[in-house]
Amino acid sequence: MNNDPPLFCLENLTLVHEGCAEPLLRDMDFCLYPGEHIGLYGPNGCGKTTLLRGITGLHKAARGGVRFEGKLLRSEADFHPLRCAVGFVLQHAEDQLFFPTVLEDVAFGPLNLGLSPDDARQRALETLARLGLDGFADRQTHALSGGEKKLVSLAGVLAMQPQALLLDEPTNALDMSARQRLLDILVGLPTARITISHDWDFLQRVSRRFMTIEDGRLITDAPSLDHVHRHAHPCGHVPHVHT
Amino acid sequence: MFAQPFAHGHSLLHRLDPRVRLATAAGCSVCLALVQTRTAALYGLIVGAFLLLLSRPPWRTALRRLLAVNVFLLFLCLLTPFSLSGDTVWQWGPLAASRQGLALALVLWAKSNALVFFFLALAATMPVSTAGYALQRLHCPDKIVFLLVFAGRYVHDIAEEWRTLLAAARLRGFRARTSLHSYRTLASLLGILLLRGLDRAQRVHEAMLLRGFRQRFFCVTPFQAHARDAIFMAIMGAAMAVLCWLELR
Repeated sequence: MNNDPPLFCLENLTLVHEGCAEPLLRDMDFCLYPGEHIGLYGPNGCGKTTLLRGITGLHKAARGGVRFEGKLLRSEADFHPLRCAVGFVLQHAEDQLFFPTVLEDVAFGPLNLGLSPDDARQRALETLARLGLDGFADRQTHALSGGEKKLVSLAGVLAMQPQALLLDEPTNALDMSARQRLLDILVGLPTARITISHDWDFLQRVSRRFMTIEDGRLITDAPSLDHVHRHAHPCGHVPHVHT
Repeated sequence: MFAQPFAHGHSLLHRLDPRVRLATAAGCSVCLALVQTRTAALYGLIVGAFLLLLSRPPWRTALRRLLAVNVFLLFLCLLTPFSLSGDTVWQWGPLAASRQGLALALVLWAKSNALVFFFLALAATMPVSTAGYALQRLHCPDKIVFLLVFAGRYVHDIAEEWRTLLAAARLRGFRARTSLHSYRTLASLLGILLLRGLDRAQRVHEAMLLRGFRQRFFCVTPFQAHARDAIFMAIMGAAMAVLCWLELR
């Protein structure tokens, strides 16, 4: 299906919650390829967020591991290159915006990639413009609205020009217009991604294949959420046009 | 809750480069702190007052801050004349106020107020974030800059969280009184605030790692010094030279 080498692979990855005998997620084998758009769904507490934390090394593996650029990642330092290439948009944007001003926050990632301050500022401004956030550079992060915070935190990750994105419930607590804006941005973004969402319609539109977690096992070919439905129509008896 | 009433003005001082303002404030405060004569201290007070006038602060707030400082100073100035021996000018039982002590109290009072004037005029006239970025450019240690920038960022959130917690308690009929129940409630609210703060600190640290943070801190806010900054520094340099001359003559 895809001839490019995978961006990263999970090899028998098993994740255990501290103090629990039973692993939360066991023996996961999975590779993410360039351009893949994967939707991850499942009930609360089944381990979706933990999976993303396991991929980025925030949750230490009990067994198995993550392979990135041919190397099995073990120590904290090993994960640094992966974190620079795989952007993780956290569920709570508040946690991700840690600078007082938007510009400094978006430039933080590029600076960590080793860009010069001038280049980093340029990259930050371009990314903000690309997401329709022109004029936000000097805004105070704590004074942004919920939707704006989400978009700025996405800008902070996209400014690093990642090869893959991990999105944890990106539409959580967004109103309809902010959700639509995020949807438009993601649909137009070719970057490979794994999206977690309980917003079925959103997940369906930003993903091409689906995964779920059942009894601690990762099911990589979960059924699509796409379906045709029938319902009663108040104007069914007269000719009319749908817009 | 943590408004910065002096930060957003349009005075001459607000237009100066923040780096220049901070460097000047630091330099002048060293000079003022070392002063020991009355003339030099009073001269410093006048220079500070002039700077404060120049920064056109919101007067009501400025006076309130000065009052806070002077209430604290009052105790110091009241005790100093009695704790220094010398020519007695006033005696009350075994307590004797000395002329040398009175002179020292005056110098202390003038110096302290002069320092407050300088910092209200030069340092308080910029947002905390700008101060952090400027200090970074002045090669302050990263850890200090971090503390300042992050405190400036999260103090609002922590205050907001505290208000939410207190509101939630009030919604269930809590009223702060001098009772054991009140103390216990406030203590557990404070405990929760600390725990949430710790949790948030951990999440923020993880978010920083996810974006490739490796203990190095840079800043991209551009600063530009103009001719007026050089003129300001020259004037302040001259003013401090006069201070030294008054002190040493």
